[in-house]
Amino acid sequence: MYPPAFEYWSPRSLDEALSKLQELGNDGRVLAGGQSLIPMMKLRLAAPANLVDINNLTDLAYVRADNGHLAIGALARHADVVDNADVKAISPTMASAAPWVADPLVRNRGTVAGSIAHCDPEGDWNSVMLAVGASVVASSSSGQRVIPIGEFVVDFFTNSLDEGEMVTEVRIPRPAGAAGGAYLKLERKIGDYATAAVATFLDLAGDGTITNAGIALTAVASKNLKVTEAEQLLIGQTPSDELFGEAAAIAARACDPESDVRGPAEYKRAVINAYTKRGLDQAFAQAKGGS
Amino acid sequence: MKVTVTINGTAQSADVEPRQLLVDFIRTELGMTGTHIGCDTTSCGACTVLLDGTPIKSCTMFAASADGHEIQTVEGLKNGELHPLQVSFKQNHGLQCGFCTPGMMLVGKALLEKNTSPTDDEVRWAISGNLCRCTGYTNIVKSIQAAGAAIEGN
Ligand SMILES: Cc1cc2nc3c(=O)[nH]c(=O)nc-3n(C[C@H](O)[C@H](O)[C@H](O)COP(=O)(O)OP(=O)(O)OC[C@H]3O[C@@H](n4cnc5c(N)ncnc54)[C@H](O)[C@@H]3O)c2cc1C
Ligand code: FES
Ligand code: FES
Repeated sequence: MYPPAFEYWSPRSLDEALSKLQELGNDGRVLAGGQSLIPMMKLRLAAPANLVDINNLTDLAYVRADNGHLAIGALARHADVVDNADVKAISPTMASAAPWVADPLVRNRGTVAGSIAHCDPEGDWNSVMLAVGASVVASSSSGQRVIPIGEFVVDFFTNSLDEGEMVTEVRIPRPAGAAGGAYLKLERKIGDYATAAVATFLDLAGDGTITNAGIALTAVASKNLKVTEAEQLLIGQTPSDELFGEAAAIAARACDPESDVRGPAEYKRAVINAYTKRGLDQAFAQAKGGS
Repeated sequence: MKVTVTINGTAQSADVEPRQLLVDFIRTELGMTGTHIGCDTTSCGACTVLLDGTPIKSCTMFAASADGHEIQTVEGLKNGELHPLQVSFKQNHGLQCGFCTPGMMLVGKALLEKNTSPTDDEVRWAISGNLCRCTGYTNIVKSIQAAGAAIEGN
């Protein structure tokens, strides 16, 4: 299978990339790891006239702990966040998800930022980012803006970038107190997208009160779904089995799965219920252990 | 456009269309057919090569993106004598039809460079992006571990 022909640009600096994207406007598309874009082009689901390959922007290949947040550069590969000390220290939810994205070879090439920009509702990272309250740095030749992930993920394969903009960094806030998190994914085999998956995050005050909570769902709606109602229920409360059970029931009601080769809708809803409860249990155990 | 890639230590150039996939650059332009095409959909790992030492699927990368980089293919394993991985796959019956074998050996090479005595689970995890329709994987795991022991012993 061959992708349709395109013009190829390989900028050597971010400035060069941004001016090329500016010049090309809607005719230009970023090529990051290519692990979603190239398969889509082969299947003729995408036919960009121009590809701006960002793989030479090696300055963007970082994962680092900055003041107040974890910063993931646009060229950090999925493999770079697996077993990474800074990721583990700042975002247990992200550390838990990292080994379950795609397979080892795809993780060596695909990027975290590319996956976030792709907005595939079956993709794992946007659930993690919604649960932990991440934000996305969008850069263009006229400047930079920071977009909260909830505004960045618009819908099915749609983000809120403007023409000429690209994602240069993803930021995950450092939790205030003792935090825990989990990403529980049901998949048929390694390298498969989720049948259903749940990202959870809890931040606890010294007295055990939940000060911040995150729950987001993968592959059960037209986009990764943040379950705000369940999060609001948790905040300000003391963790208990009953409370987590209630939050899980809300998540199961909020999702809107479709029956497909990976399973019937009702099955996926039941998985969301069970995994939300289990994910909150794990997040809580981890937060307690770390405090 | 002109693409120059260092393949198994030798710089090789060819004039290609930007949409040429790395796997076809290797097989068609360079005539090295050890790198296989299985699924062509990023699923099977038959097209695995090492890009600057890291295993990737060459059916899902443009040759243009490999410009200036180092690629290692299965042909580069043998250096006068067979590589310990080639010896151990032969000894341990780590292949049947051989279609997945180049990918398995290259993933094994990258793994053994970090750890010469991987556990069963570590090997299985490393090869989990590579499909084998013949062996049932057990002998592939054994082969990679035996190669690690041989490298360690040298
Ligand atoms: C076999 C296989 C299994 C997979 N399994 C999973 C899985 O289990 N879970 C999962 O989440 N994903 C999975 N994926 C997808 C994989 O994670 C991709 O790497 C990811 O979706 C896209 O990242 P990329 O860097 O490869 O982006 P590309 O494919 O290069 O780009 C994807 C899209 O994002 C845009 N884009 C990329 N980077 C930027 C940027 N910096 N700024 C603006 N736009 C940008 C591109 O223009 C394109 O539209 C799988 C892929 C394969 C082939
Ligand atoms: S041919 Fe590349 S992964 Fe199957
Ligand atoms: S030996 Fe035949 S596919 Fe692995």
